Amino acid sequence: MNPENRVEFTKEMQDYTILAPNMADIHFSILMNVLREYGYNVKLLKNDGRAVVDEGLKYVHNDTCYPALLVIGQLIDALNSGKYDVNKTALLITQSGGGCRASNYIHLLRKALRKAGYGQVPVISLNLSGLEKNSGFKLKPSMALKALSALIYGDLIMLLKNQVEPYEVNKGETNRLVDKWIADISAMFKQKKGYSMREMKRILPEITKSFADIKVEKVPKVKVGVVGEIYVKYSPLANNNLEDFIKSQNCEVMVPGLLGFFLFKTDNRLEDIKLYGGKKLKKIAMTVAMWYLQKIETMLNTAAGAHGDFCVPAPYAHIKEKCTAIIGAGCKMGEGWLLTAEMMELIESGYGNIVCAQPFGCLPNHIVGKGMIRKLKELYPQSNIVPVDYDPGATKVNQENRIKLMLAIAQEAL
Amino acid sequence: MKIGMDVGSTTLKCVALDDNNNIVYKAYERHYSKIAELISKMLGEITEKHPEFSEAVLSVAGSAGMGFAQTYNLEFVQEVYATKVAVSKLLGKTDVVIELGGEDAKILFLTNGTEVRMNGSCAGGTGAFIDQMASLLEMSPLDMNEIAGRSEKIYSIASRCGVFAKSDIQPLLNQGAKKSDVAASIFYAVVNQTVSGLAQGRRIEGNVVYLGGPLSFLPELRKAFDNTLNVKGVCPENGLYFVAMGAAFSAKSKPTDIKKLIESIGEGRVSGEYPSAKPLFLNEKEYADFLERHGKNTVKNVTLAEDKNVYIGIDAGSTTVKAAVINKNGELVFSRYMPNSGEPVRLVREFIGEFYSLYPDAKVVSSAVTGYGEELIKNAFAVDFGIVETVAHFTAAKKFKPEVDFIIDIGGQDIKCFKIRNNAIDNIFLNEACSSGCGSFLQTFASAWGYTSEEFSKLGLFADRPVDLGSRCTVFMNSSVKQAQKDGASIQNISAGLSISVVKNALYKVIRAANADELGKNIVVQGGTFLNDAVLRAFEQEIGRDVIRPDIAGLMGAYGAALWSKENAADKSTFITPQELESFEHTVQTVACGGCSNNCQLTVNTFNGTRKFIGGNKCSKPVRSTVKTCEYNIYDYKRTLLEKYSDTKGTRRTIGLLMELNMFELLPFWHTFFTELGFGITLSDKSSRELYVSGQHTIPSDTVCYPAKLLHGHVESLLNKGVRDIFYPCMSYNIDEKLGDNNYNCPVVAYYPEVLRSNVTALKEINFVSDYVGLHRPKDFVGKIHKIICDKFENVGLDAVKKAADKAYEEYHLYMNKVHIEGLDFMKKAKKENIPVIILCGRPYHLDEEINHGIDKLICECGAAVVTEDAVSPLVSKFPTDVLDQWTYHSRLYAAAKYVADKQDNDINIVQLVSFGCGVDAITTDEMRSILESRGRIYTQIKIDEISNTGAVKIRLRSLFAATGR
Repeated sequence: MNPENRVEFTKEMQDYTILAPNMADIHFSILMNVLREYGYNVKLLKNDGRAVVDEGLKYVHNDTCYPALLVIGQLIDALNSGKYDVNKTALLITQSGGGCRASNYIHLLRKALRKAGYGQVPVISLNLSGLEKNSGFKLKPSMALKALSALIYGDLIMLLKNQVEPYEVNKGETNRLVDKWIADISAMFKQKKGYSMREMKRILPEITKSFADIKVEKVPKVKVGVVGEIYVKYSPLANNNLEDFIKSQNCEVMVPGLLGFFLFKTDNRLEDIKLYGGKKLKKIAMTVAMWYLQKIETMLNTAAGAHGDFCVPAPYAHIKEKCTAIIGAGCKMGEGWLLTAEMMELIESGYGNIVCAQPFGCLPNHIVGKGMIRKLKELYPQSNIVPVDYDPGATKVNQENRIKLMLAIAQEAL
Repeated sequence: MKIGMDVGSTTLKCVALDDNNNIVYKAYERHYSKIAELISKMLGEITEKHPEFSEAVLSVAGSAGMGFAQTYNLEFVQEVYATKVAVSKLLGKTDVVIELGGEDAKILFLTNGTEVRMNGSCAGGTGAFIDQMASLLEMSPLDMNEIAGRSEKIYSIASRCGVFAKSDIQPLLNQGAKKSDVAASIFYAVVNQTVSGLAQGRRIEGNVVYLGGPLSFLPELRKAFDNTLNVKGVCPENGLYFVAMGAAFSAKSKPTDIKKLIESIGEGRVSGEYPSAKPLFLNEKEYADFLERHGKNTVKNVTLAEDKNVYIGIDAGSTTVKAAVINKNGELVFSRYMPNSGEPVRLVREFIGEFYSLYPDAKVVSSAVTGYGEELIKNAFAVDFGIVETVAHFTAAKKFKPEVDFIIDIGGQDIKCFKIRNNAIDNIFLNEACSSGCGSFLQTFASAWGYTSEEFSKLGLFADRPVDLGSRCTVFMNSSVKQAQKDGASIQNISAGLSISVVKNALYKVIRAANADELGKNIVVQGGTFLNDAVLRAFEQEIGRDVIRPDIAGLMGAYGAALWSKENAADKSTFITPQELESFEHTVQTVACGGCSNNCQLTVNTFNGTRKFIGGNKCSKPVRSTVKTCEYNIYDYKRTLLEKYSDTKGTRRTIGLLMELNMFELLPFWHTFFTELGFGITLSDKSSRELYVSGQHTIPSDTVCYPAKLLHGHVESLLNKGVRDIFYPCMSYNIDEKLGDNNYNCPVVAYYPEVLRSNVTALKEINFVSDYVGLHRPKDFVGKIHKIICDKFENVGLDAVKKAADKAYEEYHLYMNKVHIEGLDFMKKAKKENIPVIILCGRPYHLDEEINHGIDKLICECGAAVVTEDAVSPLVSKFPTDVLDQWTYHSRLYAAAKYVADKQDNDINIVQLVSFGCGVDAITTDEMRSILESRGRIYTQIKIDEISNTGAVKIRLRSLFAATGR
C-alpha cells in the first residue's frame, strides 16, 4: 500500500461529517448511534437508484465485485449531491483482510475518489485487524465494546423480527417494536449502560419477551433462508430489496446473523495455526477471543429461547463440526465454509428454501455457494436452493422470476 | 374453462382449455414487445369463437408476463414450474425435459429428486443466440437448420455468449469455411452451452423431452442434442404450448370476466414508470443544427480526370467490407460499403470488377488492405500492403483533423479506440470480450422488432423519455429491455435508450473513461455505427463535447488504407489487373493439418490455381511466414523444463496429479516430493477442447474462469487412466516471495479442490486427497504433510518426509531460478540482436496452450522475444502500490510492470493475459496500467477465454509494435 497517497483522518478533522454506507439496517442504526455518542458526526447513507450504480460504473473497474461498485458509487453520489461540504467530509468503510477481493475495497475507493476529483477526502478504515490507522479515529475500548453489543442486539432483534412480522395480527406492530428497541438501546449506551455482560444477560431476554408478546396468527407460510456474500446478503440496495420481496410473496424469511461471521473470522486464525503452524502467543490470544465470543453467543441463543417458541440458531461450534464433513475448515476466504454451514443449518431448522445471493462472478462463492449446492442436495434431498447473482446488469425481473420458481417448488411441498 | 398465457421474451403463446382439458384454441405469435395489445387480441379471438370463455380462469406464465399479471391482478405461474406440471400431466415417464426459449434455457430433472435449472444471467445457447447466429449467416434459423443437415464437419465454437461465438464464427467465414458446417457447429455449440451451463453434475439420460420454439422448429438441433447426449429425445405434440398449458393446469384462482379484462386493457397501459435519460433532440431545430455542423466534414467525390493514377484501400471488416479508390489528392473516386455475408472474396472481386469496368484506363499505383480479412484479401488480389486497422484509421483521421488526439471507431462488432501521442498510436482500447457497444448490438434489437437498424435508430431521435438502460452486455440488455417493456416504455424511447447505451458501453466498459477530458480534445469518430445520428448525438451528449464525424465515417478504414498505400507506394504495384481478374478463380478446401497434436481444421483457399491462403491454423506451421520467428520464448522453455517431471512408477502406490492452475508451477515440487518418497506419479493429459468437454457436465458455476472449468476434464482424464489416488491440495497461501503485503492464492486456486470433491461423483469411488497444505512455512510443512500422507496414503517415516521436502523445495527454487536466468539471458540476446521483448504477464497456468491459445507463439511469430513476469520479478524489490498487494502471482505482475516502467527501454514492453471471469484481474489490470502509464509506458491487455480467435490479439500486437516504432 502506498502510504504517500493516503489522506489521513486527523484529530483536527473531528468536526467533519463522516459518511458511511449502509448494510444491515438494524445493526447499523445502533452502531451509528454509538459513533455519534463519541462525537463523530456520522451519517448512514441511504441514497440509491441508478445514479449510485452509474457513479460506481464510472469510477470502478466494471468487473470488480458489485458490492465495491455500489458502496463506492453510493459514497461518490453522496459527495456529488451537494448536501455535504466536500472539504469537510470523510468516508467510513469497513475493511476486512484475507484472500478475497473485498480486502481491496478501501483502495479502490481511494483510487475512485482521486479519479472523481475528491482526492482530499479522507477515508477511514473500520477494521478489527489493525490494517490502517488514523490519528483522528481511534477505537476506544468502551466504544469497541458498545459496537460489539450493538451487533449482538442487532442479531437478536433481526432474528425475532423476522419470525414475528409475517404473522403479526396488527400490521406494523413488530416494526414499531424494532424502532423502540433501537432507540432504547442507544439511550442506554449513552448513559454508559446496557453493554456489560451482566446487563445484556438481563436485557436480551426482555427483548425476546417483548416480541413474544406480539399477537400473532400462525398460518403456514413458506420459510425462506437467505445466505450469501455478506454485503449482498444484507443490503437492500445490493439485493434489490430481497427481504421485502420474499415477504411480499407471503413467506417468512430467515437471515443468519452477523455474530457467526465474527466467530468465523476469529476462528480462521486458529484454523490457520492448526493447518500451517504459527505463533503460540497468537494462538493463545485467539483462543481467548473465541472463548469470549462463544460465551456471548451462548448468552444470545439462551435469550432467544427464553420466551415464546422462536427458532434459535445452532451454536457456531455445532455447525462447524457438521459442515467440515463436506468442506474443509481451512476454506476461509470471503464467507468461506460458513456460507455452506449456514445453508446446512437453515435446512435443518426448517428453512430449506434458500436464496444464495452473491455478486456476479464472486470468487469464493464459486466454491462455497454454487460449488456446494449439489452436495447439499445429495445430503438433504428436500433442500431447494436458488443461487441469484447481483450486478449492475442483472435485472430485478429475472432475479424475481428465479426466486419465484424456487417458491413455486416450496409451495408445492408446503 | 381455463386460459393459459405464456409470455416469453419474444413470443406469446396462448391456449384455451375446456373442462376436460382439451385444447379448443391455441395461438403462437411474436409480440414485438406489444404484450398487452396482443393478449387482448387473443382473448378477443377466444371469446368470439367460444363465447363460453367469457368467464374463465386465466393464468399467466413467463417472465415478460409478470408485469402484466401484476397490473391486472391475475394469477402468475412461474414458467418452469408450469412446464413441470404440464409434463407430469400430459406425458408418460419422463426423466429429463430440455426446454429452450427465446432467451431462456431450462433443464428439468424429474426423476430421483426433482430439480429445475434455468440459465442465469447468460442467454448463450438460447433462441436469441440462434437468431443472432442465423443473421450472421444471413439466413433464417429454418434455413440454417436446412443446410446444417448437409454438414460434413463440426468446428468448435464458444457458446457461452453470442459475443464469443461471433468471434469464433466470423473468422471461420472469413477464411472460407462452408456455411453448412458452420450452421451445424452452431447447433452443437448450443448443446454444449446447455449441458455445461445447466446440467451441473447431473447426467442427462433416460426419457428426454424437448420443448420450446427452437427445439420444436429445428430438427437438426434436436439431432445435435441426441448425438451429444447419446439419447433419443422426443418432441411432443403441442411442444410449444406446454408452458401455457401448465399455467392453465396449475391455476387456482377464481374465473375472471374476460370481456371486462379486454376492456380494461384497452383503457390503461402498464405503469409507465421507468428510469429515463435526457432526450436526444428536443426539437427539429436542434436536429437541423446538428446536421449542419456535421455536414462540414466531407471528402470530395470526384470522377477520374486526366490523371489516371489511383490508390486502392480495402477494409475487410468482420461484418462489412469497405473499399475506397482515391486519386493523388486524396479525393474519393469510387467506393463501396457492403455487408460481409461471409464471402469477402466475392464482394471484393465484384468491387474491383465494377471499378475496372467503370474506369478501364485507371492505373493502380498502390493498394493496401486492412481488417479481419486482411490476409485472405491480400493473397486473393495480390494487394501491395496489409496494414493493421489502427494505422489505417489513424491515417484517415489525420486527413480530417491533423491535430487529432483521440479516435473512436465503432464498427459492426468491434470498437477500436486509440489515443495519439507524438503522432503515434499510444494507447489502444479494443473490445475483446464484449460487443455490447457495437453496431450489431443495435442491429440485433432492430431486427427482433422487425426494423432495419437505420429505421430503428431514427425512431429514437425525438423520443421524449429515453429508457435508461445503463451500460451492460448485450445478453443482459435483453432482460433490461424486457423490464422496460414491462414498465410500458414506447419503442421510440427504447430505441433512444439503446443508442445511449451503445455509447455508454463504449465509454465505460471499453475505454473506461471517467470524464471527457480524459479522452482528448480533438476527437474523431468513425465506423458505420456513428453514421447513426442517434448514436452520434448520444456520444456528444455523454462526453459533453463536439466531435468530428467525417461523412465517410463508415469508410474510414478503407480510405485510410488507400491514403497509407499512397504514402508508402512502391515502384510498381502488384495489384490484380483487369485481365487477371477476368480469369480469377477461387477454390476452398478443408483439410486437417496434422502438423501437431492440435489437428487444426485448415481451410485452404486457392486463387487462380497459384496464390494460396490458409486459415484456421493456430500456429504458423502450415503457412509460410514473412517475419522471422523469434526463438526466444520462455513459455516454451518452461514447458520443456516441466516435461522432465513425467509419469513414473515407484515402489509405493501411484498418485495422480491434475495439470492445471497452480500445478503448472508446483509440479517440480510435488513430483520431486512424492518420487523421493517412492510414490509413482501419473499426470492428467494436456488440456484440450475435448478434455474440457469430457468434464463439463460436472461444472457447478458457469461463470468461473476457464482454467478452473478445465480441471473437471483433467479429473476425467486421470479417472480414465485408472488412477486410484489423486492428490490436489487446498492452499490458501502461496510461497512468500516478499514482493507484496501478503502471499495469498486467489479463492479459486486456493479452494477449487473442494468444488471437485463435491461435484464429481466419481471421486467418491477413489482416494481424492485435498487437504489444506501450507508451503509458505517450510518448517511446519514437514510435520503437517507427514500426517496427511500417513493418514491418506501410506505410512512413511518423518525423516524420509523431511528429506523429500528439502529436495522438493530445492527443486522448486531451482526451477524458478532457471526461468529467471534464462529470461535474463533471452533479454540480453534480444538486445544484442535488436529484437523487441514482450514480457507476457499472466499466471503460471497461462502456460497451458488450451488457455493461452498460442499467444506466446504468435508474439514470437511477430518477431519478438517472449519473457514471463516471474523471470523479471526477482529483480524488483517490494514497492508501494495503490492497491492491496496480497496475491503471490499478482505481486509478480506489479513487479514486472515496475521493472518495465523503470527500465524505460522502448523495446521492452508488457502484454498482460487476462482470464475472462478472473475477478482478481479487475483489480490488477487497472493497477498495471497505472504503474506503466505513470512512467509513460504503453499497457497492452489481452483477454482470453474459451475463444481461440487470434485476430484481435494480432491487432494489439501489431499496433504495439507500430507505436514503439517497430
